[in-house]
Amino acid sequence: MTISQIIFLVVAGFTLASALMVVTTRNLIHAALFLVATLFGVAVVYAILQAGFLAVVQVVIYIGAIAILFIFAVMLTRRDMRDRGPQMNRMQWIGALLALLIFIGLSFLLSSWDGYSAVAQEMPADFDTMGRLGEALVSPDAYLLPFEVASVLLLAALVGAVYVAYTRR
Amino acid sequence: MEFWKDPLKAAADWLAGILVGWGLASQVSQVIIAFLGVLILISLLMVLDIFLVWVERKTVARFQDRLGPNRLGPFGLIQPFADIIKLLIKEDTTPGGADKWVYNLAPVLSMMSVLMIWAIIPLAPTVVGVDLNVGILYLIAAGAIGTLSIIMAGWSSNNKFAMIGAFREVAILVSFEIPMLTILLIPTVLSGTMGINGIIESQSLWYVFLSPLGALIFLIAAIAELGRAPFDMGEAESELVAGYNIEYSGMKFGMFYAGELLHAFTFGGFWAIFFFGGYRFFGLEKVHPFLAVAVLIFKAMLGYWVIMWVKYTLMRIRIDHMLALNWKFLTPLAFILLMATALTNAILKNSSILIYWAGMFIVNIIIAFVALEIARRVSTAQRARLEGRKGAAAA
Repeated sequence: MTISQIIFLVVAGFTLASALMVVTTRNLIHAALFLVATLFGVAVVYAILQAGFLAVVQVVIYIGAIAILFIFAVMLTRRDMRDRGPQMNRMQWIGALLALLIFIGLSFLLSSWDGYSAVAQEMPADFDTMGRLGEALVSPDAYLLPFEVASVLLLAALVGAVYVAYTRR
Repeated sequence: MEFWKDPLKAAADWLAGILVGWGLASQVSQVIIAFLGVLILISLLMVLDIFLVWVERKTVARFQDRLGPNRLGPFGLIQPFADIIKLLIKEDTTPGGADKWVYNLAPVLSMMSVLMIWAIIPLAPTVVGVDLNVGILYLIAAGAIGTLSIIMAGWSSNNKFAMIGAFREVAILVSFEIPMLTILLIPTVLSGTMGINGIIESQSLWYVFLSPLGALIFLIAAIAELGRAPFDMGEAESELVAGYNIEYSGMKFGMFYAGELLHAFTFGGFWAIFFFGGYRFFGLEKVHPFLAVAVLIFKAMLGYWVIMWVKYTLMRIRIDHMLALNWKFLTPLAFILLMATALTNAILKNSSILIYWAGMFIVNIIIAFVALEIARRVSTAQRARLEGRKGAAAA
């Protein structure tokens, strides 16, 4: 086992354990903080995959913005941070079965893909991942249209949020 | 000769040779050496941090026309060690009803968010932890963890003052991140890279001359990110007692305090790196790597001094003014400046370097002048309206 494999196993275990804690803990702030830990674990996995840009963006957006927003929303809207109701409902077994089926299906799909067992090629040191990504996002024959559509969607959400929250004096 | 040119790499190679000689795999020895490097860097930073306490106290003393620490050792240099001993032997209290795990984790994360940044700071062309190609974003990402630590400290202390302080501080941190990130794109546009080393290498003329307005906005946003006066809403002594760190005692408070000082020094360093040429000083950095380190530390100290100068000169701004300054002035200004810089860069890219420099400078001056003129008119109109309302109330 190489060192990067050991690191991957530790990180993956940490990510899964904190993801489990997100849904089992009863304290909402703790759940949000475990979510932060999970997202951080995912960022580390990106870093192991040599996707530095994605790793850093994951931390900036998910931890720096979205998780903070979650915490704010919980703190400002709930008087009691504890969740008292039952954590399971009567659909729990059906849910578990569905989750298992989806897992088996995904594993089957992935194992029939020929890239599944291939060893990843070592990236050359001067390979400019960021430049490639930037050009792909603004070149018309790559992802320009989805990129712009996503921007318009976000802008519409922003305007909508301001309109809903705005009180006319 | 090899040793003279790059002593750290030579030392690492020598150590790797010994470890491999002991029968370790070369991969394992590389990991051990990386850990050692991190350990040495962090130890040096913490020692520097002790020294920074003394610098801060001496400087504030000068600003307030007193002497500062002057009893222990020459110029009071031993004072910070006495402070640390005091912090270490103080009782470590945990408030009743506090969330113990979160409460104890917050100071660690606060310190960690600062130390993490040093992984990407190039102290010299070869003395750098890792030269990320997304260095600028990494800086913001480390700041995000600092934000998280503040809200954790404020919430877990079970204290209303701490909570209010954390809310205010996080509101400021989240908002000032936007002009900060926008301004950081200006060195990116000028140098064509997001890597810190690349930005320094391309500064044949310091970027403060190409983008003086950008340097100024970066300084303002950096001071707000540090949560220092005039933006010290998170711990406003006179209204919130001590804000988010009110319940912390002993070394846990010390972690917040040391983190804040080191953060200020770090941002002084980043101001130097992005706008004052980093470790470059008239070819001095090519003589020896350690000279380059000295140049960077000197420039970072100057930046730190400017941050202290602002802190001890200006009064605290009210929270609504602070947020209005950010959202209504700095953010639009930063966006306009970024667009203008990118446009000028595209137009003047192929002309001679002198015209390029002059064009950049003139564009900055024009934007600064127009922005200040608009701000002056708006504030005059606001003041007139307020005075009219006051007059009506008096009548």
